[in-house]
Amino acid sequence: MAALTIDAAGLRKYYGNRAAVRDLTLQVLAGEAFGFLGPNGAGKSTSIKMLLGLVKPTSGRALLLGQPVGDRAVRARIGFLPEHFRFYDWLSASELVSFHGRLCGLADDILRYRVPRLLERVGLSSQQSKPIRSFSKGMMQRVGLAQAIVNDPEVLFLDEPTSGLDPAGRKLVREVIREERDRGATVFLNSHLLGEVEQSCDRVAFIRHGEVVGMYEMGAWQTDYTEVELDVGGASSSALARLATIEGIAVLAQEARRLRLRVPDEDSLPDIVRCLVESGTRIYSVVPQRVSLEDLFLRTMGPDPGL
Amino acid sequence: MNDSAIDMRVAADATEQQATQSASNAQATASIPRGPGAVRTVILMARVTFHEAARRRILWIAALAGAAFLGLFWAGLHAMIRSMPPNVPPVNRQEGIGMMVMMVLYAGSMMTSLMAALTSCDTLSGEIASGTIHAIATKPVLRGCLVLGKWVGFVWMLALYVLFVEGGTIAIGWFESRHLPPHSVAVLGLILLQAILLLGVTMAASTQFSALTSGALTLGLYGLAFVGGWIEQFGALRHVKTCVDLGIVASLVMPSDALWRRAAFKIQPPILGAAGVSPFSSTMVPSVAMVTYAAIYALAALIFAQILFQRRDL
Repeated sequence: MAALTIDAAGLRKYYGNRAAVRDLTLQVLAGEAFGFLGPNGAGKSTSIKMLLGLVKPTSGRALLLGQPVGDRAVRARIGFLPEHFRFYDWLSASELVSFHGRLCGLADDILRYRVPRLLERVGLSSQQSKPIRSFSKGMMQRVGLAQAIVNDPEVLFLDEPTSGLDPAGRKLVREVIREERDRGATVFLNSHLLGEVEQSCDRVAFIRHGEVVGMYEMGAWQTDYTEVELDVGGASSSALARLATIEGIAVLAQEARRLRLRVPDEDSLPDIVRCLVESGTRIYSVVPQRVSLEDLFLRTMGPDPGL
Repeated sequence: MNDSAIDMRVAADATEQQATQSASNAQATASIPRGPGAVRTVILMARVTFHEAARRRILWIAALAGAAFLGLFWAGLHAMIRSMPPNVPPVNRQEGIGMMVMMVLYAGSMMTSLMAALTSCDTLSGEIASGTIHAIATKPVLRGCLVLGKWVGFVWMLALYVLFVEGGTIAIGWFESRHLPPHSVAVLGLILLQAILLLGVTMAASTQFSALTSGALTLGLYGLAFVGGWIEQFGALRHVKTCVDLGIVASLVMPSDALWRRAAFKIQPPILGAAGVSPFSSTMVPSVAMVTYAAIYALAALIFAQILFQRRDL
């Protein structure tokens, strides 16, 4: 088993009687991209702040890279792009990334070469001398991303990194996440854009009311939830009864020519088709219905869990 | 993945190695996780704080206001000297000029105090509220060093301001009349200490409260000290012990006015001392012990700010 980058057990944070995080218990493996999802007010940002040492937990314990969170040596090995990031907007992009590099302990010699490359990587080469106050939100996000990876972090925390970004910017973030993971870094991603998470992460955790209510390998839930929709003609009750004899198959709905089945996996589709054809059913189409991360999220959280 | 992204992560690529040997050495050591060190953190934060004041034009607007202040004083002093009849004895002439210099120094000390409170009240509370501090405090730095660095940056700015406005006042007085107040350097030091005192209190408040609240708290304490100073002086003049005690208590709560009164005592012409109570002079002279107390107070306020910032959730 890979080493644990994040190991949190029973983390709780109360503000008076109000629980921001009730019981955060999760483990993140070294080198994986981990999605951290939940509705508004679920305690995601507070959880991230606790893992970064910005907020002290009321109780519980958490280790980051094997050390207690907040440890200074550990902070030298992490990068962080805050959700509502604000920077010194009177600095230029180049000055800001250099400033954060220096705060990481990087020497000026290194920063002289690294900063222009980072800004080139995030698409701000031509803007590096302009003050940040003249930047759009998307450009600010790109500068934020550059400062987060200036120290080649072992763990990269990204809190809503794609908010405010156009499609090209979102693609850039996905690329950076993939590159960081390929380099061996662990990426901890909090985002409301589930499509982005689905494309970027290896595992996801769902958090609700400050507790982890589900954790999945990306796509692994398809085994449990694969559904298939068929457009059929003349599906008799005997055909359906025969279909039900195949192990693991359940008829979810039948309406006019539409037949919806739950199947163990996509490998069982040829057997289903054969069974129906042998029963005299005419098949016009067979479409596996993949359960998206968003579907899974809504099933776990309910249709409107945030309010 | 594009090439530039790959290059970006290479521990020490060929270009960097060729460019400078020291760069590659530094690169090698950079792989060892470490922070910038306490001193470097303080210097970084001090520089960024000072530059912020300059880039946000606070420094230049303050300098402009200071220049207008000095210009007005210069014009007034010049006119006053020219209007003096030639038969005025030199002693009276010097006393008149000294009194005017002192009044202007008092106004300058008020401006410095306001500047200390108003420029620093937003520095921590604003960054906490906006989230600016999040990306900074997660770096391998001690939170106490962040506070100390900002404090050093403001002290540097205030020192320049005191030198410009108060030093300029003294210089103009000397240029126009060859009148140099006694203990000028000590006076400048006391006025700077007054500003540093208010700076520490404002920063400590801004770790917990909003910028407006922090500024209001500091200026409230400044006002309390001002009124306390008057009560103490009236008490001394009329021999009312309760008033003197109240004034001393006010000075212990906030010794800013005591510092000005000590400075005023150092430079005041005899005519002002004889005139009795005025905001520009001192009849009840705060002791050296009070100055020491104020210095300890200023240091304690800084340490308190560091502790509060260290302990709070961000």
